[in-house]
Amino acid sequence: MEKEADPGEEQSTYDPKIIAFCCNWCSYAGADLAGTTRLQYPTNVRIIRVMCSGRVDPAFVLKAFALGADGVIVAGCHPSDCHYINGNEKTAMRGTFLTEFLEEAGLEPQRFKVEWIAGSEGRKFADVVKRMVDELQVLGPISEEGEQ
Amino acid sequence: MTDEANGEKKSPRIGVFICHCGSNIGGFVDVKAVTEYAATLPDVAYATDNLYTCAEDGLNNIKESIKEHNLDRVIVSSCTPRTHAPLFQRTCEAAGLNKYMFTFVNIREHCSWVHMKDRERATQKAKDLVRMGVARARFLEPQEETKIDVTQAALVVGGGVSGMTAALSLANMGFPVHLVEKDNELGGFVRNLHGLMNTKKSAGETIEPLIDKVNAQKNITQHLNSRVATVEGFIGNYDVTIGGDDAEPKEVKVGTIIVATGAVPLVPEGLFGYKEHPNVVTATEFEELCKKKDIPKLKNVAFIQCVGSRGQKVSYCSRICCNVAIKTAINIAENRDNMLGVTEEKPAEAGGQAVEEPAADMKAEEGTERRRRRRGRGRREGEDAVEEGAAPSSGVEITVFNRDVMAYGVEHELEFNKAREKRVKFIRYVPDNLPKVTMKDGNLEVGYFHETLKMERSMPVDMVILSTPLVSQPDASTLSQLLKVPLGQDGFFQEAHVKLRPVDFATDGVFVCGTCRGPADIAEAASQAAAAASRAAIPLANGFVQAEALTSRVDETKCTGCGTCVEVCPYGALRKNEEGISEVIAAACKGCGCCGATCPEGAITMTHYTDQQLLAEAKAALEEG
Ligand SMILES: Cc1cc2nc3c(=O)[nH]c(=O)nc-3n(C[C@H](O)[C@H](O)[C@H](O)COP(=O)(O)OP(=O)(O)OC[C@H]3O[C@@H](n4cnc5c(N)ncnc54)[C@H](O)[C@@H]3O)c2cc1C
Ligand code: SF4
Ligand code: SF4
Repeated sequence: MEKEADPGEEQSTYDPKIIAFCCNWCSYAGADLAGTTRLQYPTNVRIIRVMCSGRVDPAFVLKAFALGADGVIVAGCHPSDCHYINGNEKTAMRGTFLTEFLEEAGLEPQRFKVEWIAGSEGRKFADVVKRMVDELQVLGPISEEGEQ
Repeated sequence: MTDEANGEKKSPRIGVFICHCGSNIGGFVDVKAVTEYAATLPDVAYATDNLYTCAEDGLNNIKESIKEHNLDRVIVSSCTPRTHAPLFQRTCEAAGLNKYMFTFVNIREHCSWVHMKDRERATQKAKDLVRMGVARARFLEPQEETKIDVTQAALVVGGGVSGMTAALSLANMGFPVHLVEKDNELGGFVRNLHGLMNTKKSAGETIEPLIDKVNAQKNITQHLNSRVATVEGFIGNYDVTIGGDDAEPKEVKVGTIIVATGAVPLVPEGLFGYKEHPNVVTATEFEELCKKKDIPKLKNVAFIQCVGSRGQKVSYCSRICCNVAIKTAINIAENRDNMLGVTEEKPAEAGGQAVEEPAADMKAEEGTERRRRRRGRGRREGEDAVEEGAAPSSGVEITVFNRDVMAYGVEHELEFNKAREKRVKFIRYVPDNLPKVTMKDGNLEVGYFHETLKMERSMPVDMVILSTPLVSQPDASTLSQLLKVPLGQDGFFQEAHVKLRPVDFATDGVFVCGTCRGPADIAEAASQAAAAASRAAIPLANGFVQAEALTSRVDETKCTGCGTCVEVCPYGALRKNEEGISEVIAAACKGCGCCGATCPEGAITMTHYTDQQLLAEAKAALEEG
């Protein structure tokens, strides 16, 4: 609560860290396309490549926050476009559950996102990162009670 | 740098190769600084930078460094693994390093190209990414790609055009084929048909030679009156029991399976007076009447298209029914094979000299046929009005009520033109205003709203033919469950990819063709069958399948047998063994990792993407560099 009092001051020093788990076939390719088309976005994101977004154990997300991430993105292929038939459906289900869980744990919903990013959506990848950085700038660091 | 850890427990020796990619990376990231930083990271035995790592110089540098510095892990920090990983993996292999001891760090697409305006932060990010790569590389393990032997025989389920075509193709390649057909004879749905479209041959004349070939092919074992009872195994090694209606179950071993179980026409219960009024029949029933020459005397006949399809009982367009209606309309107009049984009392010439000879010249030469068509086409433009109402040569007035005519492709479009030349009327209706089939004074009548005239009209008819869609076999789900392959939302078997893998299932080793995959005509079904056969022949011809090295592994000491993973796996690659413990079918596993992320006991390890590796990356990403 207190942190919201003065977001302007935070902005200058606060440098949020984002972990993005990207599936190899769609969202990692989307991030590649953002590069090939030279879309500029903030440097705050660190991509971890997995074969399928369905590989992302909810425990990884919790662990990432525990290790100091300010935001976590799990990105996969669009519904019905999964390279592994329906791995992303599992991601969607876990996403809903995780969002609720994190909220209960006191984390703002802006800090965790499940995104569908196709290999052709370089722009979307860049926008998702930009948006999360902007939102995190407003939120500031995770408050102590919020942490796991 | 090359201090040998002689005799001591071996710690990893990582080599890091950082690429300038000309100025693509070097122009925006301080590559020298990143290289210096990389050299300070734990277990890094050697770090260097290259102008172009993927050029011959760069690749040779990797190979020599592996030897010179005794490297057991290699990291290339450059572009994207999606394009370049195979190249660097081969380089590692050439230097005697297992290709899974290689890791990619993407500092071009994910760094230099997207942070072109901030060299300092881009350089910092590149360092972080390299640190993540090193953290991951420390936990890498060599992996083997195993070869699994294949039983060089196939199973084909369904003995229609598709099943027979597929079975013949495989048998002609020399592979033994088990052909399972639930009926007591081969031929499938085509057996019910009369005259076929785009050919002068009857359905029987078309299908019999195919059946003869199947009968003569010694590599094909026919199982009539039979169904697949159980299926165990995976690509290359299926154990199948075939249950006969009145025979002992038979066990066969096959390497690949083709599903060709066809489809059935929808029965239009409650639609357009079906079963309510006499002489309201489905297109399929009309084919049967034609075969039996059991058609009541016709003067007026109406087709109604899209009965039950496109949003009524099923959502899709059944693709073939427009062409079937056009075919049947032409057949009636020409009184094909004297199907109407009325030549004795030849109808009075209704339309003047433009009308062609009836049945007698049915076997007209192609050339005449084409000339006639051309003549007709030219005529259509201006003279339609003159001959409005003129009946076809058989004297039967034919009207096709349609939402729009899907006569796709050149041949069908020509047939559509031919039908119009033969005075077949095509009248449109909209789904909000369906034609109504009623009885008036003991006579059948079709009422409709004329979209052009904008008025209600009606016409007396002797017969109404309802074009209903092909729908999936009622027991398709049984086979779908046995083979662990999916049905789509319309109930048809669903291929792996509509465009790129049209006859594969996502599950390796099982293929699909014909109308069980969606409505298709005979030519389409046969092409799909030939395609499926050639796909199914690949593992048979190789004699082995290469299993993915990236698979899941179950730790049987941790597994409680809850079965969650078995349910989650999209490929049916997990099963429970006799002890109720989960086991991976390596040949079927694709390495997606869904099971690993779901197992409540942490009993599943994903090779090359282990929890340890991924969490090490996350941890390194969040450390201060
Ligand atoms: C009214 C109508 C008219 C048509 N006219 C034409 C035409 O003029 N020209 C044209 O090209 N096409 C026409 N078609 C389409 C044609 O019938 C199909 O393209 C063709 O039948 C497809 O062949 P198939 O082998 O895929 O399926 P099917 O012919 O349906 O054969 C499937 C076979 O599998 C068997 N089977 C089903 N389930 C099992 C099981 N679980 N186990 C074992 N066996 C099983 C069935 O008994 C059957 O023998 C018409 C269709 C209709 C409805
Ligand atoms: S989910 Fe885990 S515990 Fe359950 S059956 Fe599979 S491996 Fe065993
Ligand atoms: S990794 Fe994917 S394909 Fe392999 S067993 Fe697990 S869920 Fe099935």
